[in-house]
Amino acid sequence: MLSAEIAAPRPLPAPAARLRRLPQNAPVLAAATIIALLSLIPLGFILVVAISAGWDQVVKLVIRPRVGELLLNTVWLEAITLPITIVLAVALAWLTERTALPGARWWAALMVAPLAIPAFVQSYAWNSVLPQLHGLWGAVVIAVISYLPFVYLPVAAQLKRLDPALEDGAASLGKGPAEIFWRVVLPQLRLPICAGALLVGLHLLGEYGLFVLMRFDTFATAIVDQFQSVYNGPAANLLGGVLVLCCVVLFGIEAVARGDRRYARLGTGAARMPVQHELGAWMIAALALLAITATLSLGVTLATLLRWLWIGGASIWALRDIGAALAQTVGLSIGGAIITTVLAMPMAWLSVRGSSRFQRGLEAAHLYAGALPGIIIALALVSITVRVMLPLYQTAATLVFAYALMFLPRALTGLRSSMAQAPVELERAAMSLGRPPLVAVWRTTMRLAAPGIAASVALVALGISNELTGTLLLAPNGTRTLATKFWALTSELDYAAASPYALLLILLSLPLVVLLRRQADRALSA
Amino acid sequence: MSLLLLSSVTKRYGAVTALDRASLNIEPGTLTAIVGASGSGKTTLLRMIAGFEAPDTGNIVFDGGDIAGPSGMVPAHRRGIGLVAQEGALFPHLSVGGNIGFGMERRSDPGAVDALLRAVELDPAIRKRMPHELSGGQQQRVALARAMARHPKLMLLDEPFSALDAGLRSNMREMVKRRLTEEGVTGILVTHDQQEALSFADQLAVLEEGRVVQAGSPRELYLQPRTEMLAKFLGDALLIDGRVQGGETDTPLGRIRVGRATSDGPARVMLRPEQVRLVPWSEGTPTAEIVSASFEGPITMVRFRAGGATFTLKVPSADAPVQGRASIVLIGTGHVIPAAG
Repeated sequence: MLSAEIAAPRPLPAPAARLRRLPQNAPVLAAATIIALLSLIPLGFILVVAISAGWDQVVKLVIRPRVGELLLNTVWLEAITLPITIVLAVALAWLTERTALPGARWWAALMVAPLAIPAFVQSYAWNSVLPQLHGLWGAVVIAVISYLPFVYLPVAAQLKRLDPALEDGAASLGKGPAEIFWRVVLPQLRLPICAGALLVGLHLLGEYGLFVLMRFDTFATAIVDQFQSVYNGPAANLLGGVLVLCCVVLFGIEAVARGDRRYARLGTGAARMPVQHELGAWMIAALALLAITATLSLGVTLATLLRWLWIGGASIWALRDIGAALAQTVGLSIGGAIITTVLAMPMAWLSVRGSSRFQRGLEAAHLYAGALPGIIIALALVSITVRVMLPLYQTAATLVFAYALMFLPRALTGLRSSMAQAPVELERAAMSLGRPPLVAVWRTTMRLAAPGIAASVALVALGISNELTGTLLLAPNGTRTLATKFWALTSELDYAAASPYALLLILLSLPLVVLLRRQADRALSA
Repeated sequence: MSLLLLSSVTKRYGAVTALDRASLNIEPGTLTAIVGASGSGKTTLLRMIAGFEAPDTGNIVFDGGDIAGPSGMVPAHRRGIGLVAQEGALFPHLSVGGNIGFGMERRSDPGAVDALLRAVELDPAIRKRMPHELSGGQQQRVALARAMARHPKLMLLDEPFSALDAGLRSNMREMVKRRLTEEGVTGILVTHDQQEALSFADQLAVLEEGRVVQAGSPRELYLQPRTEMLAKFLGDALLIDGRVQGGETDTPLGRIRVGRATSDGPARVMLRPEQVRLVPWSEGTPTAEIVSASFEGPITMVRFRAGGATFTLKVPSADAPVQGRASIVLIGTGHVIPAAG
């Protein structure tokens, strides 16, 4: 009797517990859906504005010479900056990765370093050295030197991992070095070039500080102007609508340029180092190109900054103001970064653990909404808080939420690649050992992805620390971040007093350079 | 007249000597396999012939002209030497037709492309596909077609079968061999698989630590290897210390004739296992005391003691002795491995 009792199997769990209708990941899916909906707020706002303004109003405010002028400016800016940036970035990446250049590693680091200098700081420096440089060409020069790394970085990473057997194969088929570059190497760079150029294009649409200092009007500067004279006016909002359309056009052009063909590496390929070309007599020209680029993108700004610091002497180090701005910046950056990363987690986990059409839609919402210029996100949040949630208007909460929307894509990409390193089998093992699903994920995948999560927090924090446009529009009264304080002083033409803030912005961004470089190398090898 | 002649080619990477005075002669229309363990320098040798590396010393003559030597080198794209790489190295951004047309004079002539596809036993309909849509074997066939499109006099094959599974591998090997022979293209295959080398080539060259230790017909290298390492590399070998007297030597397995005119005295003798037969025991013959026999399907591993030593031999299961004793019969001649030096 006793032995029979011992041998009896343990009762099975009640059927209700075993037969769950909802998929196991339902809570995560729900969270990701909510976050995706939140990230659609700016886009929805623009649509609502356009619809509620009525057709006549839209026509009146959009079809006017001023908008045409801004549109023309934008087209010229993109059409001149992008080709120059792409050609220069590919040439520089090829020189640093594929030629027997003395000090190639150092040159490569110098080419990425401008990432540490916010574009508006570049503008500030050039403005004080060469005030004659302004308008379209001023904007182009500053944009090229500021955004060059966005194309250089992915192209160099791709060049590094191209299968050398392809170039060997082309040579054995009778093709010389130049033809190999055009017909074999360049086509393989199409994806990184498209991705980098899209990023540059979006920055050109959304950047504010750079163009104000270069006295070049774009939609972003016009929207801020409008906003500062009459906030929440339909004019600013409809300009925002046109800006969103510009972004959509840019996405479309990129999609067409990228094409739908895969450029997958076939098999493992040869484990050899890529071919290093001898430059011979061209060595001098190559070194000159690199040196000129480094001088323009780093040298001029750093020298100017040091000059202002020197001129300003001890008097510009208003330690109390600087300390307060630094503390606020660090607080907002870290707080915002943690929240952004947490918000990105559900989507990141879903996207590494399978895919469905619905999930891809959610992911697109996460990625594309964040790709909209910060000014659109700020505009939407200002209008919405003013109209329906006034107590939230100009609060730290709204500001941090705006940061979260702006940097969601950055957090998502970082999280995805680090979570993908943790095999799903570990989660299953933890669940089979009796852990509920969320606990299982937390104790396995999240634990293993911890370094990647930390890196993602850092990347977002660094992005927030030199964000200017959104902060200007949304920050509560009395908020002084390094970027806004720098901007205020520059606007008063007190270049010397602004210089310590510029220096701190650059120092804070230095880790960003290292992190982004590592991410570019890894993203391609994943 | 030789098609390709490497004379005393040396290549160093820092402190590592990849090739050490390697010499090799390739006759036109032949198939040569270069074998060696990994790190023996075979890939370096191939890359040097293709034109991707320059020798430090020595020179290479191809088709009657110097292509590398003290006076400089002809770059890879002007050599007209075909190459099929390990995993095909198809251009991922070009279709099959684009890949094959890449090196052709008249770019992507559809008729010529189709003919090449058929020659490598592929359906011409495959022309529009992208490389990633092909299986590993198909990729290799396209890579061969792409290289053949330029009618090279010499084709280099860099372990082209190593990524394929066993059945496909022998199939591909036969196809490649047929193509090259029919087109009269001289072939050089680099491989670390001795079986593949033995069945593919008319000539075998074995590399050891950057040196060509022996080159000759597969038969010659298999039965008369110049070093012990080579003997073991090309297959199972019994290596026995014996004493040569009057063209014969005594071994624990019995007496056997030795091949070459060898002077009397101690010698290291190699026998291939298939030269040893176990037959039903009879009086007055060398005796094998069976220790154990383990059945493995078609063959049986027989462990036996003879002349104070223990041997293991694969014997066809149908007539394997499983216990007691058997007589040993040695067939053919033993090979005396030359003293090192």
